[in-house]
Order: sequence, then structure tokens, then C-alpha cells
Amino acid sequence: MNTALWTEDKALTRAVLELDVNNHAGVMSHVVGMFSRRAYNVEGILCMPVGSGATSRIWLLVNEEARLGQMQKQLEKLEDVLAVRRHEADHQVFERLEEFFR
Amino acid sequence: MPTRPTEILTGAQITVRLIERQGVQTLAGIPGGAILPIYDALSQSAQIRHVLARHEQGAGFIAQGMARATGMPAVCLASSGPGATNLLTAIADAKLDSVPLVAITGQVPRSMIGTDAFQEVDTYGLSIPITKHNYLVNSAEELLEVIPNAFRLAASGRPGPVLIDIPKDVQNEAIEVGAWPQPGNADEKLAPEAALISRAAALINQAERPILYLGGGVVHSGAAEAVVALAEKGGLPTVMTLMALGAMPVDHPLSLGMLGMHGARCTNLALDECDLLIAVGARFDDRATGKVAAFCAHAKIMHIDIDPSELDKIKTAHLGIAGDVNAVLRMLLPEIEPQLRVRWLSRVVCLKAEHPLRTPGIDDPRTHYGLIRAVADCLDDEACIVTDVGQHQMWVAQAYPLRRARQWLTSGGLGTMGFGLPAAIGAALAEPQRTVVCFTGDGSILMNVQEFVTAAEENVNVKIVLMNNASLGLVTQQQTMFYGGRIYASKFNAVPDFIRIAEGFGLRTVNLDDEDDPFAALGAALRSRGPMLIHASIEPHEKVLPMVPPGAANSEMIGG
Ligand SMILES: Cc1ncc(C[n+]2csc(CCOP(=O)(O)OP(=O)(O)O)c2C)c(N)n1
Repeated sequence: MNTALWTEDKALTRAVLELDVNNHAGVMSHVVGMFSRRAYNVEGILCMPVGSGATSRIWLLVNEEARLGQMQKQLEKLEDVLAVRRHEADHQVFERLEEFFR
Repeated sequence: MPTRPTEILTGAQITVRLIERQGVQTLAGIPGGAILPIYDALSQSAQIRHVLARHEQGAGFIAQGMARATGMPAVCLASSGPGATNLLTAIADAKLDSVPLVAITGQVPRSMIGTDAFQEVDTYGLSIPITKHNYLVNSAEELLEVIPNAFRLAASGRPGPVLIDIPKDVQNEAIEVGAWPQPGNADEKLAPEAALISRAAALINQAERPILYLGGGVVHSGAAEAVVALAEKGGLPTVMTLMALGAMPVDHPLSLGMLGMHGARCTNLALDECDLLIAVGARFDDRATGKVAAFCAHAKIMHIDIDPSELDKIKTAHLGIAGDVNAVLRMLLPEIEPQLRVRWLSRVVCLKAEHPLRTPGIDDPRTHYGLIRAVADCLDDEACIVTDVGQHQMWVAQAYPLRRARQWLTSGGLGTMGFGLPAAIGAALAEPQRTVVCFTGDGSILMNVQEFVTAAEENVNVKIVLMNNASLGLVTQQQTMFYGGRIYASKFNAVPDFIRIAEGFGLRTVNLDDEDDPFAALGAALRSRGPMLIHASIEPHEKVLPMVPPGAANSEMIGG
């Protein structure tokens, strides 16, 4: 499929969330569990430690639904989630990663 | 800061010391291998009284009773594995009703985590979705941060349960402790935006048919006085959710009592007519709203809540204010124009007269409503009223004249049978000067019946009023009304002798069925001190009415 088209298509329906989180064994469960128990699918996920490793950054690719605002507020309530930023689907992080999924 | 000599302490001793520093006097739990170091340290505490429950779910609900009665975080303890899993229901219940609870569980030593060791379960993983936050503690050092933080989180903002899982080797690890952290207390309350307050005042001042809709958040934030003041100044008829009962005295002229599935017709009909709904610390639960699209369909919605994620979750608010409801209401109050609202209030009076709550038999203590009224007539507002879950719970919610915030403890969000007895014990432990009445059913009481002996051992002033209909009444009611009368698995063929059961556990008893003057017998029982079972048979066919069928609009009530 034409990459430009793919991106355009996704831009209409997807969003990217960028989370700063504490880095310990349970954090991923907290974040992913929040989506699964509210029946909201996560399409893509990326996580790497940043700086000294005390915190990590999680990138989530999600469908843009009416409930996304609610999901963002629920994420902000998690104690280990330090910040949540919302981007458009054409954010580079997942686009560049596509290469590894061909 | 004066330098204190450092001490060498184990993780267990540190845990106990930190709990003491939180001011905790009483906690409940059951020991087991993985939490024995903490129990050993606890045995040396001069401050803390440990109440030995007979099932960890009982311990969880005893702690909940203390927390609900006082508003302060309360503590329960359990061992690893089955001890921890037994706690889960009480923790989930605390989450849904926003009760500040600190649950401490023992865990297998860190070197054995992940090996399927004896009594190892993933307590951390299991508790993620049912806690506000949880911890798996990695070192004794960490406890100094985690424990005060757990208390702070449990009490801050929208309260809730926090779990701390402590591996046994962390409990045994000895470290040097120099300085102690400050006890964890609730964070500063979220201040509302001033501009929103003026807009809110304008909406209220301009509304023709406003209704104030109170939820449990009013109780949590200590806003009962402020809501009554607001209602009186603005001329606002007021409805309450199950969780808010007591926030406004039910016999206040502006009170319309409980809304929703088992609310009075006049209450739900008034909501249908309102043009402004002022939701305060309420979360538009489906038992309150019925079919959401039809709930206050013609009204503007104003929503005040400390939890921003509640705003716009179920119903989009025309004006949402994130903030502590007590703080918001106190800012709002001076901007409210005093109103008589003659037309709307006389319309409400008219609805009340035409469609009141019907309570047949209320003067006869041998009926369900009559028994509830008789109990109320023997007590004053200082009594604490606890329930289990089922028909009896709804009848008490409808008919008991609740007039004080925190007078009423019930499992609302999770609706957990078995809540009543241990929660009542907890309330009585926290506030020994009160008479605590637990209304229960013959189904619910059996779910934590073992706590009878805890009540006897602690000699708490709990009066258990058992409304015995030899059935899972609320289930029978639903089968009668919505499943073609096919009564299945909800009638008990074998009914235990509850009097002998209670006596066997060491409780005094009275069977109102055998009394010529049930009212006098009830009065004598309620005036006596100490735990007691008050047994009363009630008609098995009685229903909770009116009732909104599940999924229907509140205007489609049946009966009543
Ligand atoms: C732990 C639990 N299991 C099942 C239910 C479903 N349920 C709700 S009410 C009810 C019947 C309660 O019976 P009882 O305590 O005798 O009260 P009654 O309705 O007869 O007054 C049941 C089974 C529940 N709420 N909680």
C-alpha cells in the first residue's frame, strides 16, 4: 500500500498518546490494564526508559473515538503516570517504526 | 530539626511505627506466614489494637466501616495468597464507593516471587483494577516513602483504597532509621476556577425549575451543611443518590429523597420536568439515572466533582467544575440570589402529594416498612445505620429517616452482600458511643456470618436486625417481575435457626416473632449495650416499589 495513503487514512481515525511514567515492573500493567478494562483497544505500543532510567516514555497508538478524552483523563489519574500528551496519528514515532513491520 | 539517635529497625517494625505515626488506633486482619513479622512487630505496639476478623473479607469490611463512619483512612491486614485474595472484594467495594482504605498484605520473599511458591499470588496484579494505587515494596527503605504516601493517596482528592504488598524478606530486613517522614495526609483540595463559579451562579439564578442532585461526594467532602444552605438560599428541590442519603435530612421541606430505580415517583417525575440539573459529587450511576438519554432530557446539566474524569463521562455537562464540592459550594453561595421559586416549588409540592412514596404497613412493626420505622422511633440521629444488600437495603433507604451525613453506611457501587455485619462492627469500633444498627437479610448475613464471633469478642454495640424472608428476596422479585414468575435458585428450602446460630457465636438474641409486643421488645433490645441479633420474619412476597425496570427510563416506573 502507498505509504502516503496509509498515513492519510490513519490520520483520520487514529491518535498517538505520549506518556511520561515512573519506571518499575508494574507500570505497563497499569497503563495497558486501564485500556483493556474499559474495552478500548490499543493498536500500537512502544516503551523505553529515558535519562537515568527513573522514568520511561510510553507511546500508544489508539483509535480516535469519542471516549478518547475520557481515556486520557483516566490515564492522568494513574499515580505512576506523570504526564500525558496527545498527538495526531501522523506523529513520526510510529511512522518510522513501520519499517520493522514490513 | 533535633537529631534523634538512629535506630536499627526491621521493615516490619518500620511498618508498624509508620502506621502508628498516622494516628491509627484500631485495625483489623488475619495473620499468616507471609505477614508474621509485621504481626510480631504489632504485638509490641502500645497504641494499636488489632481486631482479629474471622475471614479477610470481614477484616476488609471492618476497616471500611471505620473509614466510612469517620472519613479517615482505615487499615486492614492479610497474609499472602488466599489471605490477599479474600480481601479483594472488600477492596473493590471501597474503590466503587470511594472509601479511604489502606490494605497491607504479606508476600512471599522477593527471591521466590515468580516461582509459584507456596501461597504466592500476584497480589499487585490482581489489585491494579480495584485500587486507586498499589505498591509492591522492594526494600525496607522504600517503606518510609510508600506508607505515608499510601495514606496520603487514600485520603486525597476522591478517596479510595490503596494496597501495599510487602515481601517477607523486606519485613525482616533491618536498616538504620534516622529521621521519620511526616505522616501522609490529604493533599490540598483542588481549587475551582473563579470564572466558572460566576457562570454556575448565573445558571442557577436564571433557572426556572432547577434540581440539586447530591451524590456520595457530598459526604466525602463534608459538604452536607453547604448543600443545605445552597438549597435553602436558591430554593432548590433536592434529590439524593443511595450514597448521599443523610446529606440533607430526608424530612427537610426541599428534600425529594432518593432518586432512581427505587426512588419515589414524585422524585423521578420532578427530575423529568427540571430545566437545570445541578449534580454535586454524583456520577450519574445507571441505578440513579435509568436510561441515560431520557434522564433530565430537557435540562441543562451542571456538574461539580473533585474527579475531572467524572465530568462528561456519562452525560455531557453544559458547565463542568472540577473541584472539591465543599469548596465550590462555599464560593458559590454568596453569588446565589435568594429565591422563593413559588411556581416550581408548588409544582413539586403537588407532585409529592400526588405521587408520594407508598409505605404500606409503616405503623405495624410486623411488616418490613413498619419494622424499619419502629427501629427509627427507638433511636435518634446519633445512631449509625448500616445495611447489607437486597430488598431490605432498599426498604431502609426508602423509609429510614436519615438526617446526618455518615449516619448511613451501605455498599452502593459494588452492592456486596456480606458488607453489613463487618462494616457495622467497624463503625462501632470507631465510634463506640453510638448505637450501630445493621439491617440485613437471611441471604446476606450468611456471607460473613463468622463475624458474629468478632462482634461478641469485641463486645461492640451492634444490633443486627435480620429481616428474614427465607429467600434471596431481590432476586425473587426480579424473577417475579421480569422472568415470567419462574422462581429459581432464590428460595431457600433449608432455613437455618438464626437464633441458635447467633447464640452459638456468643450473641444475645431476641426473636420479634415470639414477642406479644414487638415494639417494646425492640426498644429494650436497642437500648441495651453490646452485640445482639434481632430476628423478624417478614412476608416473602413483598416487593421494593416503585421499580424502574433495568434499562428503562426513570419515568417508566412500575408500582408504588
Ligand atoms: C456477593 C453477592 N452475590 C450476589 C449478589 C446478587 N444479589 C443481590 S440482592 C440478592 C439477594 C439478597 O438476599 P437477602 O440478603 O436475603 O436480602 P433480601 O433481598 O431478601 O432482603 C442477591 C443474591 C450480590 N449483590 N452480592
